[in-house]
Amino acid sequence: MTRRQGTAQGAWFLVLPALIPILLLSVGPLLYGIALAFTDSQAGRTDPTQWIGLLNFQDLLRDTLFWESFRIGLVWAVAVSVPQFLLALGLALLLHQDLRFRWLSRALAIVPWAMPEVVVGIMWRLVYHPDAGVLNETLGTHRDWLGSLSTALPAVVVVGIWARLPQVTVTLLAGLSNVPRELHEAAAMDGAGAWRRFRTVTWPAIRPIALAISALSFIWNVNSFALVYVLTGGGPGGRTRLPMLFAYEEAFRYGQFGYAAAMGCVLVAVVSILLAVHLVARLKGDDEA
Amino acid sequence: MRRGPTARRRAARTGQYLALLGYLVFLAFPLLWLVSTAFKPPRELASLHPGWIPDHPTLDNFRQAFEEQPLLRSAGNSLIASLAAAVITVVIATPMAYVMARHHRSALSRAATGWIVVSQAFPFVLVIIPLFLVLKEVRLIDSRSGLIMVYVVWSLPFALWMLAGYARAVPRELEEAAAVDGAGRLRVLISVTMPLLTPGIVATALFAFITAWNEFFFALVLLKSPRKQTMPIILTHFIGTEGVADLGPLAAASLLATLPSLVLFALIQRRITSGTLAGAVKH
Repeated sequence: MTRRQGTAQGAWFLVLPALIPILLLSVGPLLYGIALAFTDSQAGRTDPTQWIGLLNFQDLLRDTLFWESFRIGLVWAVAVSVPQFLLALGLALLLHQDLRFRWLSRALAIVPWAMPEVVVGIMWRLVYHPDAGVLNETLGTHRDWLGSLSTALPAVVVVGIWARLPQVTVTLLAGLSNVPRELHEAAAMDGAGAWRRFRTVTWPAIRPIALAISALSFIWNVNSFALVYVLTGGGPGGRTRLPMLFAYEEAFRYGQFGYAAAMGCVLVAVVSILLAVHLVARLKGDDEA
Repeated sequence: MRRGPTARRRAARTGQYLALLGYLVFLAFPLLWLVSTAFKPPRELASLHPGWIPDHPTLDNFRQAFEEQPLLRSAGNSLIASLAAAVITVVIATPMAYVMARHHRSALSRAATGWIVVSQAFPFVLVIIPLFLVLKEVRLIDSRSGLIMVYVVWSLPFALWMLAGYARAVPRELEEAAAVDGAGRLRVLISVTMPLLTPGIVATALFAFITAWNEFFFALVLLKSPRKQTMPIILTHFIGTEGVADLGPLAAASLLATLPSLVLFALIQRRITSGTLAGAVKH
């Protein structure tokens, strides 16, 4: 009994150095941020901040610019995450094979992963550049890819896919190393085709990690900022103004802290719901297995 | 009869190599273009038909980059912030990660795991507004310490996640054996567990360093005066307000800003991929 108490006390002592900053700088601000959403907090205000209930949320409902940005954010997150996952899955299966030059793909994969997002944005601006860009030169076109209303969002989506494709691929590849080889061979002996083997042997084995990485990458994309900030700054005409860019401008350009916090809350709510759905899917899958 | 399957297999192989080639080209071409742009003289940058390989490669862009923006100073700012964040992060995260690994059924461990998951999901903007207001209140806006504090807390979830994984891998029997020999709890931790954890601690520190070195959003919001700004912020200054950029120096500076994280990441890449998500899902 005394030994157990000793352990518990020792544990608390070890935990405090991390726990205090977590509470003060993460949990605290998160709660404060939620509270701010119900106030009229603004930059440079002289009279005291007041509770205004749901007014910010009511304003958000009517803010067509916010809904437009919200829609763009969802389109962006889906348009990046889904192809990225499918491509990564294909590539992981490919790189799992005994191919020459496989090492080269691993070596190259490090680069997008380790690059600052700002540099990724700058690099692709150089690729898309109307005059000096390699894309126009290769295609023989003279387009302003990032500057025209029709191509800006697709152009940014390609960069989004590029930026994390290796990360998702390598994660799925790590999952593939768990697939029991014997099972695969046994299925092949029984005459199962490639698709059947994938469905009955490979996918069940990598399912948990696939669900985890797809959820993570979706969240990362919903919360994207630096990449698009550098590529287009949200333009042209707001075509690439992701929710985070919108909220950033609202808070730090126009000083509308309460309103921007309300936007953050809406985003958190949406991401949480999507995560919950995802989690339920995962648990259901575990039951079946 | 026998030719059928072999031909099919050969076709499949060719298809696989074509797919691999496509992937490598997709990965490599923007990078090669960045490198090419960094070494091009102004005349070739302005040319209507830019080529892949500069006809007259030059280092002028690098010189000019240092002249146009305070690159060296911003690199120093980034270095200090990233080093401090990395060291503080592992110093405070290691003991807690150890407790999470050894008492993973305790309420505290469960709460910490929950916090780690949740912290991956909330948009930074919801946290940065209150942080901004609080830091302003205590006069830590536009200060290095304020930024470092934010970076530490920002790296903590992943650091705890990584370190707890490493701590779980340390055999409990070794600690128990030392305890039987009469060593106290802290003694066991320092002389038995820590040495075994060192590779994991180093990898985590490097990861925290890279994260801070590459970070943009918090630095953009928290640092106002140019002489305190970090390298990613200074890079965006090469792009003018009208979106017009001096392409050569921009590319040169971008390459320089990428090098440190690239080198460090190459060192720890394997540990990160195999050690974290895969391990976490398996448990």
